[in-house]
Amino acid sequence: MIESSLKDIAAALRDKKVSAVELATESLSRIEAGNARINAFVTIDRDGALAAAKAADERLAAGSAGPLTGIPLAHKDVFCTEGVLTTCGSKMLSNFVSPYNAHVVSLLKAAGAVMVGKTNMDEFAMGSSNENSHFGPTRNPWNTDKVPGGSSGGSAAAVAARMVPIATGTDTGGSIRQPASLCGITGIKPTYGRVSRYGMIAYASSLDQGGAFGYSAEDCAVLLSSMAGHDPRDSTSLEQGAEDFGRDLAKPLAGLRIGLPKEFFAEGMSDDVRAAVDAAIAEYRKLGATTVEVSLPNARLAIPAYYVIAPAEASSNLSRFDGVRYGHRAADYGDLNDMYCKSRAEGFGGEVKRRILVGTYVLSHGYYDAYYIKAQKLRRLIANDFAAAFQQCDVIAGPVSPTVAFGIGEKSDDPVQMYLSDIYTIAVNLAGLPGLSHPAGFGVGGLPVGLQLIGNYFGEARLLNTAHQYQQHTDWHTRVPASL
Amino acid sequence: MSRTDWEVVIGLEIHTQLNTQSKIFSGASTAFGAEPNAQACAVDIALPGVLPVLNKGAVERAIRFGLAIGATVAPKSVFARKNYFYPDLPKGYQISQYELPVVQGGQITLQVPDGKGGAYEKVVNLTRAHLEEDAGKSLHEDFHGMTGIDLNRAGTPLLEIVSEPDMRSSAEAVAYAKALHALVRWIDICDGNMQEGSFRCDANVSVRPRGQAEFGTRREIKNLNSFRFLQQAIDYEIQWQIDLIEDGGKVQQATVLFDADTGETRAMRSKEDAHDYRYFPDPDLLPLVISSEWIERVKGELPELPEALSARFQGEYGLSAYDATTLTASREVAQFYLDTVAAAGAANAKTCANWVMGELAGRLNKAELDITASPVSAVQLAGLVQRIADNTISNAIAKKVFEALWNKEGDSADAIIEAQGLKQVTDTGAIEAIIDEVLAANQKSVEEFRSGKEKAFNALVGQCMKASKGKANPAQVNELLKKKLG
Repeated sequence: MIESSLKDIAAALRDKKVSAVELATESLSRIEAGNARINAFVTIDRDGALAAAKAADERLAAGSAGPLTGIPLAHKDVFCTEGVLTTCGSKMLSNFVSPYNAHVVSLLKAAGAVMVGKTNMDEFAMGSSNENSHFGPTRNPWNTDKVPGGSSGGSAAAVAARMVPIATGTDTGGSIRQPASLCGITGIKPTYGRVSRYGMIAYASSLDQGGAFGYSAEDCAVLLSSMAGHDPRDSTSLEQGAEDFGRDLAKPLAGLRIGLPKEFFAEGMSDDVRAAVDAAIAEYRKLGATTVEVSLPNARLAIPAYYVIAPAEASSNLSRFDGVRYGHRAADYGDLNDMYCKSRAEGFGGEVKRRILVGTYVLSHGYYDAYYIKAQKLRRLIANDFAAAFQQCDVIAGPVSPTVAFGIGEKSDDPVQMYLSDIYTIAVNLAGLPGLSHPAGFGVGGLPVGLQLIGNYFGEARLLNTAHQYQQHTDWHTRVPASL
Repeated sequence: MSRTDWEVVIGLEIHTQLNTQSKIFSGASTAFGAEPNAQACAVDIALPGVLPVLNKGAVERAIRFGLAIGATVAPKSVFARKNYFYPDLPKGYQISQYELPVVQGGQITLQVPDGKGGAYEKVVNLTRAHLEEDAGKSLHEDFHGMTGIDLNRAGTPLLEIVSEPDMRSSAEAVAYAKALHALVRWIDICDGNMQEGSFRCDANVSVRPRGQAEFGTRREIKNLNSFRFLQQAIDYEIQWQIDLIEDGGKVQQATVLFDADTGETRAMRSKEDAHDYRYFPDPDLLPLVISSEWIERVKGELPELPEALSARFQGEYGLSAYDATTLTASREVAQFYLDTVAAAGAANAKTCANWVMGELAGRLNKAELDITASPVSAVQLAGLVQRIADNTISNAIAKKVFEALWNKEGDSADAIIEAQGLKQVTDTGAIEAIIDEVLAANQKSVEEFRSGKEKAFNALVGQCMKASKGKANPAQVNELLKKKLG
């Protein structure tokens, strides 16, 4: 049942063909059987899941169920969950049990979704491969020698391995779209401010945005609709209330204008990815869409701008992890400064330390204008590029990642190569736009390739409609790894 | 040996704790004195994932302050993070305002005592005032080699008010601090409780040879929590800097602490190991936008300000600048005075001022009572003033009546005058009778006066007043006595 669409699972629950407890049990069994191989989960909450499933069954019986009631779901371990370990993939928080729920967690709990566990991730969401986790790398279900992408790699792998039908993620520079692409599933990052960041452990506050993973755009629409909405506890939360992002799914694509940024297609994309992307675009034309070349001249500056802004914010956001109130504290230390140094040196991994150092540097007196202010200006230019492009088109399409999933260990010694794997996704975060990745075929080694769709502000419903129509006429999203 | 004539330059940074119910970025209570960490919520202790939400009440108080000092209330200001590690700073940064503060410019006019019983006017310009959050407290006692952290104060809203380096003596600095202290209470944005740390002063002090245009190197004295300490610390610091320079030394920029026990200042850290706070706009908070409608509404709700009221007291009631300033030192004193004048009549405004600032203030001070707890009400005091004005009682008797009112011996001045028979005797016949008696009993003085001793006259007046138990009208006694002896 877990491989079915949310619509079918919900119908089966409603029709008493399956109970929420049975579904949770199925999900938990799959996780317990597959996690040793995939390492998608940091925490499996069997007791909590079964209790939540029981409550969901009561709700189903009472006839007060919603579209997510009784549906098993996994949360990226960046979301605080009351009473359940929240590690953020770090040794620093390896003992941290949150006393409160993130807004997203509360909303989905209230919707009756059954959380089965917390998924593995790059430490503090910093990474593109899930290799930066204190709890070991997550492996790609399509080939366990390959990375699942990151930083929400655990959630993407869990959905790809059909352990859960849906999962939450966060996307700061591509952390939902890239693992969705590498794992052959659908993932959406909404407009910045759609999903409350309250209780979502901050990496780079002005870029972080929660989003959804599922088998299909239709399923992502259901999950995202239950996650989004204004939250007064997050000052950057948009005023818009909750909305049904699936409202336009059935709209035909005739007349849709798809913009193709020439810079995305110029170079850098590997041949297999290019072939799949081109084929997907051809399919869209078949569905009635027209394509138009657009230009994002400053997109090439997205990576340098991102690697100033994100580390700057991160260096400050991660200052609270000082060993004083919670989290890891070194066993032996001399004075206060020694406690700080040892606790943080022991608690953080290499990539986190690298970004803290970079961020501290770019904010330092004498460097701030040259780096931080300049990067903010680039950010504005990049957003302007998109605004100009959207004068000519309704959605923008392109690759998600320049290559299919790379090998575990392949780029881990070369941070710049690793950073470049986010070249197509990062500009979207800098502009605060919504972006989606859907399966679009397979490349070298039979590994999935995703297509990225970028929407204008508040254009989630349109993105999901576009992807859904594609998925009505293709079956890439229904393919599962051979091992299943 | 010629000594340089040194000029002192002082600027103050004053942290006022805003009197909101809840903290500046969380819903936790700001009440003072709770059990440690009982008033620190998830946001205050900086749990992973929590976010700040700005308290509008704190902004409104900043607007009120800006309007009260004639400053620009910025239509858009920005919260920034000031990054540094300290155990009582839970996030590892303080949310403050850096490049774009909410209040910009403004000035305060004050009366500075000149040390000779008078005062002179001084205008102090303000640089800015910005909103920020307070840190928690580190407790070093009772923990045997460890440090306790109390985060109740973490997130308490502060308005940091920064002056230009406009003050030229400790007396001016204290007068400025007092005026600001009075103002923030007047407009009800801060309780002004210095013992509880609601009003804390940092003083930037430097000296330069008089006539030199550029400033000397300054040292910043931190955390002065009484006006007396402010004065002592600045005076000590000035002398220390002058001595150092005259001995051939050079002042190094530094942060210093004042030791109240020794009365000395000592360096805490020098510029070399100063922090680089790595300020940047807080991405968790949107820029603070204040609409002109909001400003207009706050303006409409502002009470009449001390400067305006003081000017009115001088213009309408003919009070001196010093008296008017004294009576507008706090809203409570001003209100008491206004109530007294309202009941006694504007013609008696000057007498009312003398009584509020004199007898009443002295008595309250001795009894350590606030004017709002005065046993003598404004209406009662007005009744007393009226009886002085219409010659029912003399000033001397008035003090007796005041004492009786203080001791609740009667409900009004009239009732006490009546009950205790204190009414001034103005009946010429009655006074003449007293004079005759006195003259008969004091023949010696009479003879002395007649032989040219003017002093004897005063002695006879005194005897007459004594014989009348102080009730005889002194002017009439004088006049009639002169007539009888002449």
